Amino acid sequence: MGMTMTQKILAAAAGLPEVKAGQLIEADLDLVLGNDITSPVAIHEMDKFNKDGVFHKDKIALVMDHFVPNKDIKSAQHCKCVREFACKNEITNYFDVGEMGIEHALLPEKGLTVAGDVIIGADSHTCTYGALGAFSTGVGSTDMAAGMATGKAWFKVPSAIKFNIVGKPSKWVSGKDVILHIIGMIGVDGALYKSMEFVGEGIHNLSMDDRFTIANMAIEAGGKNGIFPVDDVAIAYMKEHSKREFKVYEADADAEYDEEYTIDLSTLKPTVAFPHLPENTRTIDEVGDVKIDQVVIGSCTNGRLDDLRIAAEVLQGHKVAKGIRCIVIPATQQIYLEAMEEGLLKTFIEAGAIVSTPTCGPCLGGYMGILAEGERCVSTTNRNFVGRMGHVDSEVYLASPAVAAASAITGKISGPQE
Amino acid sequence: MKANGTVFKYGDNVDTDVIIPARYLNSSDPKELATHCMEDIDKDFVNKVKKGDIIVADKNFGCGSSREHAPIAIKAAGVSCVIAETFARIFYRNAINIGLPIIECPEAAKGIEAGDEVEVDFDSGIITNKTKGTSFQGQAFPEFMQKIIKAEGLINYINQK
Ligand code: SF4
Repeated sequence: MGMTMTQKILAAAAGLPEVKAGQLIEADLDLVLGNDITSPVAIHEMDKFNKDGVFHKDKIALVMDHFVPNKDIKSAQHCKCVREFACKNEITNYFDVGEMGIEHALLPEKGLTVAGDVIIGADSHTCTYGALGAFSTGVGSTDMAAGMATGKAWFKVPSAIKFNIVGKPSKWVSGKDVILHIIGMIGVDGALYKSMEFVGEGIHNLSMDDRFTIANMAIEAGGKNGIFPVDDVAIAYMKEHSKREFKVYEADADAEYDEEYTIDLSTLKPTVAFPHLPENTRTIDEVGDVKIDQVVIGSCTNGRLDDLRIAAEVLQGHKVAKGIRCIVIPATQQIYLEAMEEGLLKTFIEAGAIVSTPTCGPCLGGYMGILAEGERCVSTTNRNFVGRMGHVDSEVYLASPAVAAASAITGKISGPQE
Repeated sequence: MKANGTVFKYGDNVDTDVIIPARYLNSSDPKELATHCMEDIDKDFVNKVKKGDIIVADKNFGCGSSREHAPIAIKAAGVSCVIAETFARIFYRNAINIGLPIIECPEAAKGIEAGDEVEVDFDSGIITNKTKGTSFQGQAFPEFMQKIIKAEGLINYINQK
């Protein structure tokens, strides 16, 4: 029986000729990631090892992004712990204020994640790098500690769901709408344990940024990873950003899938996930009249250049409605700089939005835009759980940058065409 | 390696918040966590559980946050094994990594009731319901996973290598 793309990568990393769904294996890691929340816990775990040091100082990435620049004393203590660890172990890829960005936008941009890699990160959205044809997945702190010490991790080989992508999306339909549509269709545990493998000619019509957004939210369907084939778009991206060699794996023609779906991009509409689960999706024509208080455009899901461009296009020549706070957060310093050079930041500021230094900030209810009781936010982030952005009685509506920007102008959930 | 004990039975989607409520996460001491284990789903659990007992549940056990405190609390409460129809994947990893044996077996999840006496053989994956005289084939752990469990966790296992 043939192997899926994910299974092929895992077999190679485990040094096995073949693997099967359900099999438990030990694989070599190309990158171990942690952030300012999860790394301190893992660093503490590492003290229990009877050997000192890390397996490879170039294959660990520590990104200070959640509460950075430090929002309070506790977060400052956490970052200090990671900074000292990075310094002591001479970690090459340690990113602090000035160099940092949201981890899942930063690492591909820095060329640290390429096709064929096996990557673990102590952050659930580590699945983002599947957009480049890597196997990457979120883990807990013991896994991160063991990964840093040994360069290995154990995995249960996942089975897969195949999403056959066809057609071309209309102008206002983006990667976010594609993944929200899929989660609405299969549910928040629809891909539990499984790989979400995206294939088909329609992928050509999705930009790299669209693909990052789609792979990023695989976890919101319970998936272990999301993965895209490596086409010329992905290859061009890797050549531009990375010096590392990449390896292209393809699913066997006779690979087995638990389920198969066809997604015709041309039929999709801008989609919004209502509180309090990403699966509560409605297309824009079904949302009704939902007044809002805040808009957030940013995060590891939608804080990339394409996202800012489309938001600026919508906001250009308009004003954020009176009483609405519109917060724009470029995901990395590089994106920030390019957005500035393209004049996007000017558009945001002239429209009455604010622009922040890269940070996770409001996405996890950290800081920079916390919601009060009863408030509603349209956000380009990935989770709308109870209390995710602030008060337990606040509400988060997940949407694309185009819908978020349009909603900022009207003060209610709106499509970009209105 | 075998586990042997009396069964506590739960349903679908037992999440990490009911296994160990967030209000107790200011501690990472296993003994203290154990005193609040399952508190928000089964107040009596900590009073009744004996060393070696077994938890059996339906779908998606351990869903929710990635807190390692959840399997730590269950293990420190004395539970020798958790059997479920399915586990949420980060819980599954965390459980193995801290040395809490877990086995997926939909048939066993259906065929075992609260209070049954159950034996689990980790080498073969066979789960025996001694009360009802039935048995089920769960997935056996490969050798290196058994070693992690025997070593009481991933870090000890790596230290022993
Ligand atoms: S932006 Fe949000 S989802 Fe992404 S890593 Fe930060 S907190 Fe997590």
